Amino acid sequence: MVILPLTLKEATAHARGKKLLGPVSLKLDGAGITMVIGPNGAGKTTLLRLMHGLQRRSGGVVEWAVPERAARQKQSYVFQSPIMMRRRVLDSIAYPLRLRGISKAKAHAKAQQVAARFGLAELLDSWAPRLSGGEKQKLALARALITDPEILFLDEPCANLDGRATREIEEILRMAQAAGTKIVMSTHNMGQALRLADDILFLLGGKIHEQSAAEPFFQNPKTKEATAFINGDIVE
Amino acid sequence: MNRTLATLFATLMFASTASAETLRMAVTTSFYNSGLSEILLPEIKADLDLDVELIVVGTGQALRLGEAGDVDAILVHARAAEEAFLAAGFGTARREIMYNDFVFIGPANDPAQIAGAANAVEAMQRIAQIEAPFVSRGDDSGTNKKELALWNAAGAAPDGNWYRAAGAGMGATLNVASGMNAYVFADRASWLNFGNKGDLTLLYAGDPSLFNQYAYIPVNPARWPHVRIDLADALENWLTSKKAEGLINGYTINGEHLFTFNAQTAE
Amino acid sequence: MSEIAKGFWEAWGLILSLDPDLYEIIFLSLQVTVTAVIIASAIGLPLGAWLAVNRFKFRRYVIAVLNALMGLPPVVVGLFVYMMLSRAGPLGGFGLLFSPSAMIIAQVIIVTPLIASISHQTLRDLWAEYHDLLISFNATRSQRIRALLWDGRRALLTAMLAGFGRAIGEVGAIMIVGGNIDHATRVLTTAIALETGKGNFAFAMGLGMVLITLAVLVNLLIHTLSKTEQASTW
Repeated sequence: MVILPLTLKEATAHARGKKLLGPVSLKLDGAGITMVIGPNGAGKTTLLRLMHGLQRRSGGVVEWAVPERAARQKQSYVFQSPIMMRRRVLDSIAYPLRLRGISKAKAHAKAQQVAARFGLAELLDSWAPRLSGGEKQKLALARALITDPEILFLDEPCANLDGRATREIEEILRMAQAAGTKIVMSTHNMGQALRLADDILFLLGGKIHEQSAAEPFFQNPKTKEATAFINGDIVE
Repeated sequence: MNRTLATLFATLMFASTASAETLRMAVTTSFYNSGLSEILLPEIKADLDLDVELIVVGTGQALRLGEAGDVDAILVHARAAEEAFLAAGFGTARREIMYNDFVFIGPANDPAQIAGAANAVEAMQRIAQIEAPFVSRGDDSGTNKKELALWNAAGAAPDGNWYRAAGAGMGATLNVASGMNAYVFADRASWLNFGNKGDLTLLYAGDPSLFNQYAYIPVNPARWPHVRIDLADALENWLTSKKAEGLINGYTINGEHLFTFNAQTAE
Repeated sequence: MSEIAKGFWEAWGLILSLDPDLYEIIFLSLQVTVTAVIIASAIGLPLGAWLAVNRFKFRRYVIAVLNALMGLPPVVVGLFVYMMLSRAGPLGGFGLLFSPSAMIIAQVIIVTPLIASISHQTLRDLWAEYHDLLISFNATRSQRIRALLWDGRRALLTAMLAGFGRAIGEVGAIMIVGGNIDHATRVLTTAIALETGKGNFAFAMGLGMVLITLAVLVNLLIHTLSKTEQASTW
């Protein structure tokens, strides 16, 4: 089952009567890392949540190649502040597999492999809520990738992390993308966008202000707001 | 007498082939507080292999339990109410077992001077006259009914701040009287067994009108088919036997004799 | 004051001499209350979790009703159960009145709203934490409930202990439906009521000390568990 492409047509999102996002139209396809950038309040988080189904659409269309519930089986999401369950690291990583009916033994075995790849092997028996920020985010990523998702959403995953942890996360993301997972990720760090992006979605005021491949965007932004943003000016 | 023994024997034969049977009987708090059941129940168990479960309530509720079929038999002391119970078809027959007496309890200094009264009615009148504090059970029990009948005979309406209806069993009512240092109408057995006498003492007794007759009534199986009438009848035979007579007459508290056995041993 | 001291010594005398009547009463008290709490938890915990996780039209009203039921006067519950179980009542055919089963039924009715309400409140907080994650994992409704019940187990244990504390000290309902029958339905609380009514304050106090000890132990447990809830490893 392939769930991409994801199509949004004039999609909007409201909360308590206020418009958070939209109308937004885009089409997401199979390859590469798409970075969602823009100033705070532009709607980056809302867009990601809308695509993943955590935010209900108030209008327009949000469509995968298969029905929504089935599509979510092949998606994963990493939150800006990692959500830890009150369990050990090993159980946490194995949890998504257990939800899918995989036996405890098999799930734990795969979780151990994944943990090793992510540098979490020493921490398997630790209590997840007690981990450091960077360790938690790596756990969240391990948990997200253990189900071999077709697409991985990340909402500013490195916002609260130091340089070393950020480097480790970015390395993992590159590996995942190389293994075939589509990455859609928001960031307010221009450096990170420059390092990782294949495509750019530049959001402003709840709408897509510019959308293009990474290189043309950074070399030759079409709008003055994009230019200002790339330069590091405050844009509203 | 021979018939009683024969019945006992037959019941024993039956009982020994099965595990202990259970009979539920509603009894009044006055009876229970006397402590007599502690003597009788083990003997009943030994002789009849019967576990008697006592539900200790006021006469009013005991009769209601019989009416609802929630017990197999009742042991109460309120003749008029018992007659009504039978007339309505809730019981099979009334069997007198024993009697004790009611007494007047009050503060040691006896402000109403009832110790010298000629009879129970006069004692009541003296209390009403000075409006001395008086605690009543107020729970529609046999004791309560007797008390109210006496107020009636005394022509005094128990009304006013001095008259406190506790709405409780004998022990609890005695507690209230002890706490308030008030007069109270009680059965002798409960009084003797009561552990919190305080300043109270027995002031008046002996009038034949204070006679308190206990009767045993099995619940009517025609009305409630689940009732163990066989067990209830066996218990009735035991309660009216020579052995029971000996135990009941011989029961004392601090050397004081309490109950007098007066069952007619049969037919 | 001497009455209290007498009670204290009498209590120790009874406990240490392994007085069979006392231990029979203690055992029955525990039997009735523990059974009631287990049944009430089997109903109340999943109910609390279900309410925490589901959104449906009458949810607010159901929760309000649940909280109101917590305030049910136990003696009224006892009266109601009595009327139901009496031979003259609708469920009389089962012959349950004046048995430990009747007491358990009454206590279950009293304690279930408490357990459901406490578990709902604590699990609602946990659900707020887990909500996005479990939806992202595509967990089914029953999987979500199971995750909350397992991860929230300490808080749920606290709810059960609160139910136990409420039930072990209850006297009105079980007096009415149990009948306080010697060796059959007499428990700590009803025995205390009885002995007090007989004016045997020392013995009543003895029973009271045992009951207080039980209640204090339970409350200490609750306190310890809830304090260390976040940081603890189970």
